[in-house]
Amino acid sequence: MRVRQAIVSALADEMRSDDSVIFFGEDIAAAEGPFKTSEGILDEFGPVRVRDTPISEMAFTGAAVGAAMMGLKPVVEIMFIEFLGVALDALVTEGAKMHYLSNGELSVPMTIRASVGSGLGFGSQHSQTLENWLAATPGLKVLMPSDAQSAYSLLRAAIQDPNPVVVLEPRILYAERGEVDTNIIATIGKAHLRHTGKDVTIVASGQMVGIAEKAIKEAGISADLIDLQTVVPWDRETIRASVKKTGRLIVIEESPVSGGWGSEIISEVVRTNFADLKSTPFRITTPDVPVPYSGDLEARFIPQVADIIEKIDYALKNSDAPAPWWVEEGVAK
Amino acid sequence: MSKSTTSLDRRKELYGNDIACYQRMLEIREFERVTNELFAAGSIRGTTHLAVGQEALAVGIASILNADDVLAGTYRSHAISLALGLSSHSVLAEIMGKATGCCGGVGGSMHMCDASVGLLPTSAIIGAGIPIAAGAALAFQVQKSKRVSVALFGDGSTNIGAFHEGLNLAAIWKLPVVFICDNNVYGEYSRIDITTPIEDLHMRAESYAMPHFALDGMDIHAVRKGVTEAVERARSGGGPTLIEAKTYRFSGHSRADQALYRPEGELEKWQKRDPILVTETDLIARKEITADQIASMK
Repeated sequence: MRVRQAIVSALADEMRSDDSVIFFGEDIAAAEGPFKTSEGILDEFGPVRVRDTPISEMAFTGAAVGAAMMGLKPVVEIMFIEFLGVALDALVTEGAKMHYLSNGELSVPMTIRASVGSGLGFGSQHSQTLENWLAATPGLKVLMPSDAQSAYSLLRAAIQDPNPVVVLEPRILYAERGEVDTNIIATIGKAHLRHTGKDVTIVASGQMVGIAEKAIKEAGISADLIDLQTVVPWDRETIRASVKKTGRLIVIEESPVSGGWGSEIISEVVRTNFADLKSTPFRITTPDVPVPYSGDLEARFIPQVADIIEKIDYALKNSDAPAPWWVEEGVAK
Repeated sequence: MSKSTTSLDRRKELYGNDIACYQRMLEIREFERVTNELFAAGSIRGTTHLAVGQEALAVGIASILNADDVLAGTYRSHAISLALGLSSHSVLAEIMGKATGCCGGVGGSMHMCDASVGLLPTSAIIGAGIPIAAGAALAFQVQKSKRVSVALFGDGSTNIGAFHEGLNLAAIWKLPVVFICDNNVYGEYSRIDITTPIEDLHMRAESYAMPHFALDGMDIHAVRKGVTEAVERARSGGGPTLIEAKTYRFSGHSRADQALYRPEGELEKWQKRDPILVTETDLIARKEITADQIASMK
């Protein structure tokens, strides 16, 4: 099935098994979602549990917090992750704090689904991933599927979790097809070792996983490819074990270079596995600029297969780290 | 008070008991006086926001809501917490950062919570509780329960997006929620007429086709009457109401604020309508209590 169908299936399966799951957001009921990620949901579950909201993220994200504290498991859709900007208070300052502030008396089992990412020409305000905004907030869990199976398994895990969870769905993958075993519910905090090898550990998330996979297959690189799946809390054990084996670590992110979760992973691995490292760990990211609209510029912005092959090749032959292209080309520091 | 007295016990004391309501108002007044002294003496960290002059509203609301109804309040949290039933010990311990505080000491003065009497964690963000209360009401509606939620917020909140978005959502979904705006004339350090082009804030509900009215927040009987009407409407499926309670903040906004910006004579004018004075005058007139008994309570 397609990624978007996997999302519909996960939501429907949770709604069938638990009456307290409700779903609301913009255009998700009658119109079945702008990306068809809620096809058939209103028909099956009806207008009490499935509701179109006004274009009013602050209200419906806050309402999800309140409903969750009163025993429902709301799933809300943020059409483009940027729209969460106007509702950040409800999520990071209210939802993420309520369990803590209530001294454990209350919990907030809410799930936010949002479409994210670049590559489709949506321009600077509809193309970011923004997982780093959320990763910096204690009290939130942040998930990123990379294919149909993880879209299914992670969403089910998110809805079942007793805390606020944000699932960031790479929009560019919605139409991609993949096998889905509906018996698999993800374990939050567990990465997926997608490919095994001996020379280098590559950690990626979201749409970067598929691009990294193409790179290692095309160049015949013997790599562990770790699909992070959970950005918070990230899977320290899997990454450490892999680095212990390969001695090399490269993290690939779709986000801008400054303040990324990849820095957190590298800093932690350097602390715990310094003696295992044969070369300097580094990140492949996008530059510190807004996502450009022009097709040529956007393709330059997103790490491509050829860029990734070149950087991995460098790491295998050298002990230092290659500079990002904007530094090599002298267009930024 | 014995140690085994629960928040729920204290809450129930208020139901149908004018004397108990009056005593709770006195308790809040004294609590805020002591809290202010402790801050002034440097015994308490951070900041605090007192609700001196606003006791009738807090106690009036608490005496009407059922114990399983919920309320989302603000950082001006002490009065409503004590009114809903929290003990002065658990509120003061929270302010002092003690493990015995209602939030285990992690919250402080702005953050009180006690699920046993429906007090959701109070928020330090203007307007934040409005969508949250709407969401709690959404849960009650989906669960087909008769519970009601209340958002209690200040006049300043009526200028923030969450207020308008929350009222709109509650109105279109006909949620069992009561929005209570405590119009104490000042939003932080600024008088309401500097920041807001209308005087009667409840009129904003017109835009959402929502019932609305003002009441005298210095008179507990007016509070009880108005809140009862709105709660009954919500409980019976009639949807939300916006109430504007006209009150006055006798103290400054927060610990640091001496409220020197107030026009001369304004405080004195409102002090003649001090809710404690209003209540005891009424109780004496109705022969519920004598002046001597009041003197002994204080």
